[in-house]
Amino acid sequence: MTLRKPCTIKDVHTGWCQGCGHGIVVRCIAEAAEQLGVSDRIVAVMDVACGAFIESTVTYNYLGAAHGRPIIAAAGVKRVLKDDVVIAHAGDGSAYAIGIESTIHAALRNENILALVVNNCVFGMTGGQMSPTSIIGQRTTSSPSGRSAVRDGSPFDVVKTLRHFDIAYLSRGSVDSPQEVERTQSMIKKALQKQLDKEGFCLVEVLSPCPTNWGTTPLNSLKKLREEIKPLFPVGEYIDKGGQPV
Amino acid sequence: MTELIIAGFGGQGVSVAGFILAEAAMGLGWTVTWFPSYGAEMRGGTANSHVKIADGEIASPYVTKPDYLIILNETSLDKFEKRLKPGGMLVINTSLVRTGRGYRKDIKFARLPATEIAIGFNNAKGANIAMLGAFCAVSRIFEPEYLRNAVDSHFAGKGKHNPKNALCFNAGFESGMVIYEHMQTAEA
Amino acid sequence: MAKVLMKGNEALAESAMRAGCRFFSGYPITPQSEILEYMSWRMPEYNGECIQTESEVAGINMLFGAAAAGARALTTSSGPGFSLKQEGISYLAADDIPAVIVDVMRIGSGLGDVFQGQGDYWQLTRGGGHGDYRTVVFAPAGVQENADIAYAAFDVAEKYRHPVIIASDAAIGQMAEAVELPERKEHDIGTGGWELKSRKNGEEQRHIVNVYYHMGADRYPTFLLDKYRRMTAEQQRWECLRTADAEIILVAYGISSRVCKQAVKDGRAEGLKLGLIRPITLWPFPSRAFEKSGPQVKGFLSVEMNILGQMTDDIILATGGRYPVKYYGEFANVPDAGVCVERAEAFLREIRGKI
Repeated sequence: MTLRKPCTIKDVHTGWCQGCGHGIVVRCIAEAAEQLGVSDRIVAVMDVACGAFIESTVTYNYLGAAHGRPIIAAAGVKRVLKDDVVIAHAGDGSAYAIGIESTIHAALRNENILALVVNNCVFGMTGGQMSPTSIIGQRTTSSPSGRSAVRDGSPFDVVKTLRHFDIAYLSRGSVDSPQEVERTQSMIKKALQKQLDKEGFCLVEVLSPCPTNWGTTPLNSLKKLREEIKPLFPVGEYIDKGGQPV
Repeated sequence: MTELIIAGFGGQGVSVAGFILAEAAMGLGWTVTWFPSYGAEMRGGTANSHVKIADGEIASPYVTKPDYLIILNETSLDKFEKRLKPGGMLVINTSLVRTGRGYRKDIKFARLPATEIAIGFNNAKGANIAMLGAFCAVSRIFEPEYLRNAVDSHFAGKGKHNPKNALCFNAGFESGMVIYEHMQTAEA
Repeated sequence: MAKVLMKGNEALAESAMRAGCRFFSGYPITPQSEILEYMSWRMPEYNGECIQTESEVAGINMLFGAAAAGARALTTSSGPGFSLKQEGISYLAADDIPAVIVDVMRIGSGLGDVFQGQGDYWQLTRGGGHGDYRTVVFAPAGVQENADIAYAAFDVAEKYRHPVIIASDAAIGQMAEAVELPERKEHDIGTGGWELKSRKNGEEQRHIVNVYYHMGADRYPTFLLDKYRRMTAEQQRWECLRTADAEIILVAYGISSRVCKQAVKDGRAEGLKLGLIRPITLWPFPSRAFEKSGPQVKGFLSVEMNILGQMTDDIILATGGRYPVKYYGEFANVPDAGVCVERAEAFLREIRGKI
């Protein structure tokens, strides 16, 4: 077996902290695109925050959207560049807090894009504040005594929300083990194929560790992801329409 | 400059009637403005449209002191009667006004039961067109054939041609002519 | 081409599409909704995209994507919805993305009301959103001009790679007048050499982000200053009416300016020497029109549909504070020509009394 860097990845130092899952997600996208032969058709729309560090690591063209707007902006891009493969990169804060109305309405309109949501249960770049997916009891800089269901509401689960929508694909992957990374990559590949087949909206959420803002080591953050987060947000494929082009 | 207001309740077609008048005047080379009421009320609320017809530039599209009032129901009469210029012409749909209601003494009238006329032709929504017929007769701004064709071509352009509109127009025009001839005699 | 009778909102929509606009995103709000309604059936006939978005925030951000991809893109709103668009307008300005945004002004702050107003002047001319930007703002005074400006606005936006705003109001949007529509043309996307697209082998990478990220803090200020200098120098547009011998010059845009034209005529019939400067661009404010004011001018009277007299600031700046400036503001109503004449007369008496 030969390990080889996908063609859309640059040889650079990234801005991500040690143990962050973002880099793995970028590699999954690059590999999936390469396997489908669409590396030269990718157009990405980035959010701000940690996801934005993707910018320095990829060779494809991209647009920097406002916080919470990559999904709606990507929908606008795709309406114009119909033959390109359009990917919106968002985090849990972007897609589920400030941008939730566009996440839901992009799904309602079955916009033919991939919304890739890296979920690390925290606002990373702003210093570790509570996000919609922070779990009960999770201590963050804006929930110092831990998230409370009574005070802050229950964690947001995109699967519960979008499960019965008429969209092409909804899945959740993780990056806590090589097997899970492999599976996540195949989810992204499937979603991109669906976009090529004009099936419509695909949302792939990827559970990703944030050792820095979880206040732990990279190794322990993987353990925490496996033991505390995955049980609440189970990985798997939830909608796989495999059906008719939109 | 000729200024007029057409008013009734929403659904009586006062906007479209005003629009047709403006379109017809534009076709004769005049400068026109048309302004609809808009906002919160839809069907059943009060509706009106303002039309100005002039030789040159028109400043504001709003009609404050109309030369003509074309009124399709009593609520609109209550609202607009006081605005009519002294000596101005009120074209009124008597079908929807209480008998015995008093009117201003310093204005001219053309009364016709437009709703009944329209229902008589099995064209209940054609009261506005009957009113246009009467207006045509008393205002002498348009030749009746011209305005009747303007009505037809407006609806035809929207794929809604209705031959009964011409019947309503003609009946309205005849009612208007009786009044017009009476006015001529009175003036002579 | 024969003239047709059209509502201002519809003429604007049709004309934008004839200019090559193939993307529209909007949300219903009175008195702007006819643009969305018209686009919804007409845009498919032009093979373009019309989307009723979930909010104005979504509308402007979807436009952000479409415009970044090089489409001639339009979004429209009024008052409360226009405020929601400010986020995206700031991003368009920061990222050098051309687009056209319309504010069909209604009255008041907050919900205000659906009647015609000109109370968004400060928001329109001072940037509106956060940061360090302004946009070219056109103020049409009738249905024909609504169509003409919508047709030209995309060229201006692309010339500077900058958002352009058209500020009409409920009177202009709702009224119908005869209009001669321009010829249909196609806009070839991707010809600007900067637009978002997928990257083919050997091509330079394109990333459309804040221009400052590309240039750095050293080069960016010079670039930005130069852009605004060019817009200020090249885009001032106005109309003058009988200003050569006027003692009181009325200043008004949009529907108010039409009333003022009537007032100039009526005032002169009474021996009152009135003139009119009608800004066609609100930003850049047509200062050049004021520089020509002769020594006979006694003062400027701004006529606006708002309570606070928002344009007076710019008149004072344009005249260097050398003349008295007053305003006549109407709320919910179009100004009245008779009142314009009365106010001008009283203003002149007041100035003479002081001399």
